[in-house]
Amino acid sequence: MKHARIRFEGQVHQAHVEDFNAVRLADGRLLAEDQVEWLPPATGNMFALGLNYADHAAELAFAPPTEPLAFVKSPGTYTGHNQVTWRPDNIVYMHYECELVAVIGKPARNVKREDALEYLAGYTVCNDYAIRDYLENYYRPNLRVKNRDATTPVGPWIVDVADVPDPSNLTLRTWINGELRQEGSTRDMIFDIPYLIEYLSSFMTLQPGDMIATGTPEGLADVVPGDEVVVEVEGVGRLVNRIVSEADFFAAAKEA
Amino acid sequence: MSRTLHDVASGTLFGVALNYQGLLNQRLAEFEQPPYQKPPVKPVLFIKTPNTRNGHDGVVLHPAGQRLQPGPALGVVIGKNASRVSVENALDYVAGYTIVNEFSLPEDSYYRPAVKAKCRDGFCALGPELVAREQIANPHQLSLKLFVNGELRQQNTTANFVRDIPRLIAEISEFMTLHAGDVLITGTPEGRVDVQPGDTVEVEISGLGRLVNHIQAEEQP
Repeated sequence: MKHARIRFEGQVHQAHVEDFNAVRLADGRLLAEDQVEWLPPATGNMFALGLNYADHAAELAFAPPTEPLAFVKSPGTYTGHNQVTWRPDNIVYMHYECELVAVIGKPARNVKREDALEYLAGYTVCNDYAIRDYLENYYRPNLRVKNRDATTPVGPWIVDVADVPDPSNLTLRTWINGELRQEGSTRDMIFDIPYLIEYLSSFMTLQPGDMIATGTPEGLADVVPGDEVVVEVEGVGRLVNRIVSEADFFAAAKEA
Repeated sequence: MSRTLHDVASGTLFGVALNYQGLLNQRLAEFEQPPYQKPPVKPVLFIKTPNTRNGHDGVVLHPAGQRLQPGPALGVVIGKNASRVSVENALDYVAGYTIVNEFSLPEDSYYRPAVKAKCRDGFCALGPELVAREQIANPHQLSLKLFVNGELRQQNTTANFVRDIPRLIAEISEFMTLHAGDVLITGTPEGRVDVQPGDTVEVEISGLGRLVNHIQAEEQP
């Protein structure tokens, strides 16, 4: 089953998603995909993995890590399905990153990898955009690259663990304006989801709603205002986002 | 623990590293070398996840086989959403101030995010209370003192910030909104000390009181 968080007529609802992405509210009403505002399906912190695909590490000219390289994102950077993300003015390189996301379902501390999937609420998809112009070598990748307002689309929904029998064999794809630009498989992850849960929970308690964004394979490209960017993880979801200019984004924010 | 503080300051805990001139200057030569290549251009930020929240009089667990260091810091509690605010208006977005003890394992390197060092359960104590902005005449003239078992071990003053509070708020809110309830941890000065199980750790900031925490050994799983 697919679980979404949406806003409709000013109210936030937990809903189920049915065929053709129709949204079923708890009171039984059925709404079309474009009638609702899709919100990020979880709102905890996100632990995002850098360089977790060997091919992507090579693409960035890094040796694959021997310990997970995790960085933290806060809820202000999330946005939902079918929303917009802004490209800052006067930059050279903003790229998408299609990622499978594991969502934590119950507090996890000192969890062994063989038990790890019991702690999941399910899976979702994120697009972990980065503005490479702003990279600095302090806590890299720094927040100015990775934690910008509305620059991490998440969703559209959370799919149950049982509905994804083999999370280590899923195709990831990104399209810009309908053209396939990135393709990879979760089988090429260096540290898989059970390993990452064991690793993080060995020194901290993961909380319900926290997310682990598991990294992206090779195939990055620049995006510009007007682009429609679609990231898809096979069997989990297809997350649509549109790039707008800095001026358009903040003008719309002021009106809201 | 003060209910008011923890009700108001319920948002994200954003830390600023290297925000004391003494600490930054100590390492400037190293920061010209790889992997850094050059000193930081923008505020060096990190996030203390919600599991790190702790309060006045709370217990902080000392992980076995590790070194644990308190991080005395002035906490700025955001009062209303701040997006792209100017230096001139930045303090309007501040609800008040509190003491933060930003516990960490030692940081030998600033190159990669310090999740393992900084995001352990209970590693961010806040308190004892929220002091309204109007009650602090000048947040850039506050003395910071760290006591371990009553003995003064570290002291500095917020006059030594690299970036003052308005500048931090302006530079950060340029790319991400600081939401009402978020806390900006304005940095720990040079000279972090090690603490041991059994120690009582207190941070005192002039006008804000004293934040007390107790160190205990973490049990092995």
